[in-house]
Amino acid sequence: MLTIRPSTDTSTRRDRLSRLIAPDGERLHDPDLDPWVADVFEEQLLALYEDMVVSRRIDTEATALQRQGQLVLWPPLIGQEAAQVGSARALRKDDFVFSSYRENAVAYVRGVSMTDMIRVWRGSQFSGWNPYDVGMATPTVIIGAQTLHAVGYAMGITRDGDDAAAVAYFGDGATSEGDTNEAMVFAAAYDAPVVFFCQNNQYAISEPVGLQAQRPIADRSPGFGIPSLRVDGNDVLAVLAATRMALDHARTGDGPMFIEAVTYRMGPHTTSDDPTRYRDKAEEQRWRELDPLERTRRLLMAEGALTDERQASVSARADAVAKELRDGCLALRPHEPLSIFDEVYADTPPSLRRERDEYAAYLASFDDADGANREAAR
Amino acid sequence: MTELTLAKAITTGLADALEADDRVVLLGEDIGKLGGVFRVTDGLQERFGIDRVVDTPLAEAGIIGTAVGLAYRGFRPVCELQFDGFVFPGFDQVVTQVAKMRYRTQGAVKMPITIRVPFGGGIGSVEHHSESPEAYFAHTPGLRVVACSSPQDAYSMIRQAVESDDPVVFFEPKRRYWSKGEVVTDVSAVPSLDRARVVVPGTDVTLVTYGPLVQTAVDAALAAEDDGVSIEVIDLRSLAPLDEDAIVDSVQKTGRIVIAHEAARFGGIGAEIAAMVTERCFDRLTAPPLRVTGHDIPYPPSELEDHYLPDLDRMLDGVDRVMGVRV
Repeated sequence: MLTIRPSTDTSTRRDRLSRLIAPDGERLHDPDLDPWVADVFEEQLLALYEDMVVSRRIDTEATALQRQGQLVLWPPLIGQEAAQVGSARALRKDDFVFSSYRENAVAYVRGVSMTDMIRVWRGSQFSGWNPYDVGMATPTVIIGAQTLHAVGYAMGITRDGDDAAAVAYFGDGATSEGDTNEAMVFAAAYDAPVVFFCQNNQYAISEPVGLQAQRPIADRSPGFGIPSLRVDGNDVLAVLAATRMALDHARTGDGPMFIEAVTYRMGPHTTSDDPTRYRDKAEEQRWRELDPLERTRRLLMAEGALTDERQASVSARADAVAKELRDGCLALRPHEPLSIFDEVYADTPPSLRRERDEYAAYLASFDDADGANREAAR
Repeated sequence: MTELTLAKAITTGLADALEADDRVVLLGEDIGKLGGVFRVTDGLQERFGIDRVVDTPLAEAGIIGTAVGLAYRGFRPVCELQFDGFVFPGFDQVVTQVAKMRYRTQGAVKMPITIRVPFGGGIGSVEHHSESPEAYFAHTPGLRVVACSSPQDAYSMIRQAVESDDPVVFFEPKRRYWSKGEVVTDVSAVPSLDRARVVVPGTDVTLVTYGPLVQTAVDAALAAEDDGVSIEVIDLRSLAPLDEDAIVDSVQKTGRIVIAHEAARFGGIGAEIAAMVTERCFDRLTAPPLRVTGHDIPYPPSELEDHYLPDLDRMLDGVDRVMGVRV
């Protein structure tokens, strides 16, 4: 089970997935995964559920803000809440995340504030937060580039003699990039304490996963000497267990591990995308029945843990976070124009200072009477 | 003071950098037991161990990308890319990650990465082993792009590059690896990494170059002296950012400038300098800025490389033309 078995299927067949919660909410058992969530009882599961509800609420609010012209873009994560929350909740504070741009639920779990989360998407800054404050690098837009950063960071952990781990989050599309494959070569060569966490959400913008991989993605890493797990990415408990197992593997000196979390991007690639052009309603409906929030809710209901009061408090928490997001977003003010020249270098070189001064003088020419007159004369 | 080859000066600089700061880590192909294909890291793995002088898999993006992660963790990686023509698989990581990380993170994440690249022709080698890709890097804000030309600068500049909190692409003139010179290891008195240097003072023509052609330019200045022409040779050292004032000061004195490099002419460092000098010294120029460069062709097969590489005669021809001797 731990090491992927040879497989002949070319689709992502769900019956091969490791799973602890069935889509109908039934608690399943898996002898390999169960020990890693032996400490997860009703209260812990409720907390995971709340994280997922909040994440979806963040997503809905941000999408609305984009539609209202307040954000330049938003990459929805709807459908991937279990994959992101389950994995991020397995991490320790001293672990370090290197992610793509869609891991906003991971960022939320890592403690990124709502205002910081939205800066990038408002076009305000390229990095919403200081990576060292939350143990999560600035998300990477170049597909797969961050996988190498995670491996390098993990090589640093080894050299420092720590037992932390680095985690690389990436999608199915990134598995075609050279960087991701090189990352696995390097990680295996040095037994780097890194977890490769691939969210196979079935699509790289419009391209189905079958174009990136002719076999299940989890089949790939064993060829690099990296054991892999293939879990139901819509099962928060299974994802938590798998990530804990992989992290333990990395921490105890056994090197890298690869997780394919099979999930579905229920929304568009970004707010600029139009999925109706490349996938049909029936497919979306099939996956809607596998919704990660719904199955967790069913399990909690069956166990009698999700009372009306608790559901109300979860909703209230989600609304409060959404309000933080909206208020934080609307309170952001543009930076001063000349700040675009800052932090290109540790010390601004004289040639760049000259360029900045020239531009400052140009801007200032509009401020005084002479400048205004010159403009009027044109 | 010791006499060292340029290659050994870099070796000594790397050894001293490894000794001075235990966060310095070397990454590259064949840099361990072999000591690198040019032996620049000779003996370093034996002395500092396999965790600090790291033989990597054959993947340039992997070398640069893992260096980014190490830098994130507070290390100072020094990457060796084996040849000028082999930099391109790592180019994406350099341009999209290394160069922009400080800017992207508003200064929170430093990238004190040195990327060493043996560059230039004249060694009679095969394709992809004689190129001058510096302009690609110089066009990328956030990088410091430098080229050393003498054993002393090789030592000083590699120390300064490793200590820099900015990423530095460090071009090494491979056909000068075996040139010898006196080296002092006290770098407190040497010019900073971003400054050009007047190698030969002169009054009639400013001849700007860098890397392997600095020696050629010095030879040209000596030869021109016989004809009564006084050439001021400037070694750029830093290609980006450019030490504009050093060039402008010289041209204010001479009124003429020739820029020489092995790289192709179009969009090269020479074009940038010619434009900058025209903008800043237009009234003082007595001749148009002139470039003596490689042709706008792929680097040719080695038996014809002498027809590509600017040599002493082509430099003097350029000097003659700005002097109005030839039209």
